[in-house]
Amino acid sequence: MAQAIQFDPIRLPPEADRLREEVREFLRGEIAAGAFDPHDPAGDAFNREFSRRVGARGWIGMTWPKRYGGQERSYLERYVVNEELLLARAPTRAHFTGDRQSGPVLLRYAPEHIRLDVLPRICRGEVTFCIGMSEPDSGSDLFAAKTRAERDGDGWVVNGRKLWTSGAHHADYMIGLFRTSPPTNANRRHGLTQFLVPLRTTSGISTRPVVNAAGGHDFNEVLFEGARLPGDHVLGEVDGAWKQATSELAYERSGSERFLETIHALIELLRDLGPEPGVREAEGVGRLIAQLHTMRRMSISVAGMLAAGKEPVVEASIVKDLGTNWEQALPDRVRRLAAFVERSERLDAVLAHDTVIAPKLTIQGGTREILRGIIARGLGLR
Amino acid sequence: MEDGMSLVAGTCERVFRDCALPQAIALDPENGEWRGALWSALEETGLATAWVPEEAGGAGASVREGFEALRAAGRHAAAAPLADTLVAGLMLARAGLDVPAGKLAVAPVRSGDRIRLRADGILSGRAGRVPFGREAEHVAVIARADGGDGRGRGDGSDGGSGGGGGYRVALVERARCGLVEGSSLAGDPLDRLDFEGVAPLAVGGRPVSRDEARLFGAASRAALIAGALQAILDLSVDYSRERVAFERPIAKFQAVQQELARLAGEAAAANAAANSAAWALENHDAESDAVLVEVASVKVRAGEAAHAGALIAHQVHGAIGYSREHVLHRYTHRLWAWRDEYGDESEWALRLGEHFARLGADGMWPALTGI
Repeated sequence: MAQAIQFDPIRLPPEADRLREEVREFLRGEIAAGAFDPHDPAGDAFNREFSRRVGARGWIGMTWPKRYGGQERSYLERYVVNEELLLARAPTRAHFTGDRQSGPVLLRYAPEHIRLDVLPRICRGEVTFCIGMSEPDSGSDLFAAKTRAERDGDGWVVNGRKLWTSGAHHADYMIGLFRTSPPTNANRRHGLTQFLVPLRTTSGISTRPVVNAAGGHDFNEVLFEGARLPGDHVLGEVDGAWKQATSELAYERSGSERFLETIHALIELLRDLGPEPGVREAEGVGRLIAQLHTMRRMSISVAGMLAAGKEPVVEASIVKDLGTNWEQALPDRVRRLAAFVERSERLDAVLAHDTVIAPKLTIQGGTREILRGIIARGLGLR
Repeated sequence: MEDGMSLVAGTCERVFRDCALPQAIALDPENGEWRGALWSALEETGLATAWVPEEAGGAGASVREGFEALRAAGRHAAAAPLADTLVAGLMLARAGLDVPAGKLAVAPVRSGDRIRLRADGILSGRAGRVPFGREAEHVAVIARADGGDGRGRGDGSDGGSGGGGGYRVALVERARCGLVEGSSLAGDPLDRLDFEGVAPLAVGGRPVSRDEARLFGAASRAALIAGALQAILDLSVDYSRERVAFERPIAKFQAVQQELARLAGEAAAANAAANSAAWALENHDAESDAVLVEVASVKVRAGEAAHAGALIAHQVHGAIGYSREHVLHRYTHRLWAWRDEYGDESEWALRLGEHFARLGADGMWPALTGI
């Protein structure tokens, strides 16, 4: 039978509360200095200088070993930094992917000399990562990837095309998933390998913008035409990338960015409602707060389980499924609750932005359907 | 028994399994013999007095252990006043009163019901929809005391009903109360108790907050809901693996898998929130903002999960789950009943919404992260 789904009751420790105050003070200073606008609905800009200052505080890669530039602090402390940056709409784009996702992959699978080279630069906010997984014919079905890496002497030569690659136009490195062997009849997941790809210094790689439906440039197409990678840039087992996904997914899927993306709609609604809202509005806000609070408790629980060395993969998928559906529904629920009150321009702007970005929330980083498939597997159904 | 389950919860699990297996009850609905056996076992094992301190003759379990026991009871669709007896025992003990043996009820249960303790020591008022009211031997009544003697802790939540008297816990013999029988949609007793002119057996010397009993009551319903959702998830998963349609187990259909994944999410949300509220009630004062937010949140979220989860479980079971002899309705009907007791989702959501509106747009996040 399936493993039991378990959310340990976890509270943030006192050091996390102290850290939260430090982060808030840092952000107040940044806002006062004009580093970013906390009321810009789009938020989360690319700002290298800001990322360097976050790095200087020790808040990037903060759970990693000190010899790689980390602080050896807990996942719960990282959780606090992450959620405060999100709430402030701080411009974390230059370091977010490296901190959350790519750094942990390198930590686990890169050779020591590469770890010593790259990880400290992530921690200092100096390098930006992107994830090269999706392709024109491979999205949710990652194992359909066709972009090839072929052995060539000591190294590899890559040919093919990645698509929907967020932030590739800013990135210094990609963690790419390439086909190194055909799948076998026994295992269609066989034959894919993860690579570290230096985007700035490798010839034969070009990046083209793909404008999204909201009019923004985040997506890219990345073309590989005979791009040469050194042999030591293989991450983990050749042909065995399918074995390497599990715990990273738990980090990627359970953080507060999976339910706070549209939170400013609720905050601006509260501002417009004032201290004495009508029954309809107050009841509606109360439901949203109850759901938000529960999501946050679940997300903290996963962070705590990660800190305790567990691999709460199914729990993380549940957090992302509940969280992304919640943040996707939020703009419309706020819109309904604001129907009979005077709406400020600020709320209008937030709703206009959040309504059009809402569709992506249940697609990026594992679609709702894929997540529910993972949960179903955890229940023993497949 | 679950991993990490406390001794108290494990005992509760065993008592319900031995005395009140829901499947057996569903197959023989007219036979009520299990009720007496179940209650005797709950008393003999000390579960019924779990929240009464040892020095007061109880089992002296922690708040958290009591809630874990209630989740175990929920996993068996508890049709017994365990939660109400626990909360009543806690309130009586905290008020410094002796806790009598036997089944207990709490009154009032609904936020709109007011019971007064007059200056002459006589009660006035009534309480509607008291779970298992008729079965209770005694009632812990939370009454507003008239006059200076009852003045005590202020209570900000008292929707401006006026007067300055504090609240006291009065121990009342149930047989002295007027009784109008009713029932929940699960068929469990849900009765009106009249206290007009009733003299309590004793009145607690310490004032209490009006809210404390309702907070524990609401959290107790959330714990029951969390347990029942876990149970219907297990039932639905097992059934989907056994039931063959179109030549394969229905568990193999993606449409069914996706629904069961949603049910798992709802059960997880209710359980996580129930854990969190239990932790808050154990570690914070009942009048703190932390307890208000935790309990209101879990009553809202567990109530929503109860509804969504019950419908998915029925959908997966098809016609068989809608039959009286199948066990499913013992859970789903109670899920729907429990979400209404001690305040429904809307009532707690309104309170939560008003609380956060007062905190304002810039106070919301600091408040949420500060608890």
